[in-house]
Amino acid sequence: MELLEFARGPGLTISITIFIIGVVWRLLGIFRLGRKPDHSKPRSTATTTGALRMILRRMWPHREFLSDTAIATVNGYLYHLGWFLAFLVFAPHIAFVKRVTGISWPALPDPVMYVATAIAILGLSMALLRRLTDPVLRLLSNFDDYFSWFVTMLPLITGMALIPPEKYTEPVPLAIHLLSLELLLVWMPFGKLSHAFLVFISRGTTGAAFARKGARP
Amino acid sequence: MTDKVQEHPLDLDSPRLSVKKPEQRYDKQGDMPDAERVELAMQGFMKDFSSTTAIYMESCIHCGHCADACHFYKASEDPKHTPIWKLEPFKQTYKREAGPFAFAYRAFNLKSKVTVEELEEWQHLLYDTCNMCGRCTMICPMGIDIAALVSQARHGMFAAGLMPHELWAVAERAEREGSPLGATPKVLKERIEWLADDFEVKIPLDQPQADVVCTLSSIEIMKYPESIVAVAKIMNHLGINWTLRSDGYEATNFGLLSGNAQWQKDMSLKLINAAIAAGAKTLVLPECGHAYGALRWQGANVYGQPLPFEVLHISEFLAAEVRSGRLKLKKMDQSVTFHDPCQVSRRGGATQAPRDVLQALGVELREMQDSGDLGYCCGGGGGVVTIHRADELRHAAFGIKMRQIDATGAKLPVTSCSNCRQTFDDGQAHYQWDKKMASLLELVAEHIVD
Repeated sequence: MELLEFARGPGLTISITIFIIGVVWRLLGIFRLGRKPDHSKPRSTATTTGALRMILRRMWPHREFLSDTAIATVNGYLYHLGWFLAFLVFAPHIAFVKRVTGISWPALPDPVMYVATAIAILGLSMALLRRLTDPVLRLLSNFDDYFSWFVTMLPLITGMALIPPEKYTEPVPLAIHLLSLELLLVWMPFGKLSHAFLVFISRGTTGAAFARKGARP
Repeated sequence: MTDKVQEHPLDLDSPRLSVKKPEQRYDKQGDMPDAERVELAMQGFMKDFSSTTAIYMESCIHCGHCADACHFYKASEDPKHTPIWKLEPFKQTYKREAGPFAFAYRAFNLKSKVTVEELEEWQHLLYDTCNMCGRCTMICPMGIDIAALVSQARHGMFAAGLMPHELWAVAERAEREGSPLGATPKVLKERIEWLADDFEVKIPLDQPQADVVCTLSSIEIMKYPESIVAVAKIMNHLGINWTLRSDGYEATNFGLLSGNAQWQKDMSLKLINAAIAAGAKTLVLPECGHAYGALRWQGANVYGQPLPFEVLHISEFLAAEVRSGRLKLKKMDQSVTFHDPCQVSRRGGATQAPRDVLQALGVELREMQDSGDLGYCCGGGGGVVTIHRADELRHAAFGIKMRQIDATGAKLPVTSCSNCRQTFDDGQAHYQWDKKMASLLELVAEHIVD
């Protein structure tokens, strides 16, 4: 079996299967612990609204924290947006999804995608530089932080290696690009990249608890 | 000749010859093998693991922002004072013993078992350098309630007999005598008789029936007794059927602060049973931050069902009386800044109440750069003020608050927590600061319109 054939067939199936089972396992592992009921008299019963408010409010730091966190936050937005733009609205990616699922949507011009990818690469590089040099981040960081960075960066680099358009379908580089995405899918449920879905649960939990107390999100 | 003081270099520049870094001291309670301590700590941690703990433990992205919110990190710039790092052994235990992939962590030893040396080191981080003020919770982009986790982690440390001696001693005294500072029922009775005589005010004690049961902080009883007089003046002025109860008066919950859940329950039940015995509709908590967290938000949970009475912090009670027009106050012609007790404002949701009272007092309120829900802690809460080895760092952290108060230009700092007030008095003496913290409750009592 050719490498590309593997990446497009069994590789993709296996990675998506591991991703789904891993996410479900992790969520079950969290929620099986349960929690005790809160008998305190609530100041507000609008806990769902509180959860949603916290989810939205923490998209940007409170004014009091901006001087310390603005640069890291903006950089975070840059590489998240760059990565997702390149992933979701790049014509060859949409064509790939259409081939597998039959679903498609409009793409943005390729040069825009190149810029988005470059921004994501620069942003992730800045994030790594900060992680390696900031004493707090150096202390906190472990294998998960560095490996998660690596598997996030890899699809961007292997994707850039397929430019210009004439090279988009070169079998080996394309297979490597696809496999790099599959590696990310396989790792995602086990490491910190799970923040992609945990962020809503974590913020929502605190948001609901704070709303009950009438505390600010 | 060999220099014998290599380990502890002499500080030759200080007026008094001293060592730069006095030997770090770790306290232990009880006599047991290290392995047993570790086991007890892990059991203590694990007892608290719930889905909420799991969500938080799984969600940290190691962004390090929580350091920027912590006054202890700001004061020291020591990475170890990063709030989430203070939970490392707790997190390690969770990942290894209870997380979704615990089997893999154990099988491949991806997270090693917590050691007694680590727990000893973290004693300093979990107790000396955390007020559980929750400012870190406000900065966390994942919304992790780090302060709540520190409170849980302290349960394991207490179980293992690995907590600062002073905090253990006051908590044990509170459990045994009913007060961390020796304000026993007998002392309370004597104080009340003395205050009633001296200030010519009626202070009802042990009324069999009362609509309102008021509670106190031992700091008020022993250090700021005028607060008791202030409560009495206000309650009497409003014509409320109220009482203090010698079977449930001490509201500072050192069980909560030390990490002993049973003692926390015992201390809360005293108040709850006293209010029920008096048939009270309302229990008013004193000017104390953690008392509010312990009874307002955790009281019903240790009781196991909703409380049959309302629980109000004194600032909430005063605000309600002011808003209703029942309590009218003379105007103060003064500029004031308000220091929010973390457990009442940020973590309690009662941030507006003291501001409504200050408005009724007609003061010019000058808010600090970081105020209200985002204000800095004074550094004394969570039992930290009892720990002597923490003084140096605590004073440095207090400096942040002091500078922010000075920057407002306000003449009078005011708060509604006697523990904060005590920390301010200590900071004032340490820095020879020209400002003295005032009590909101006492200001109100002094300005009642007859």
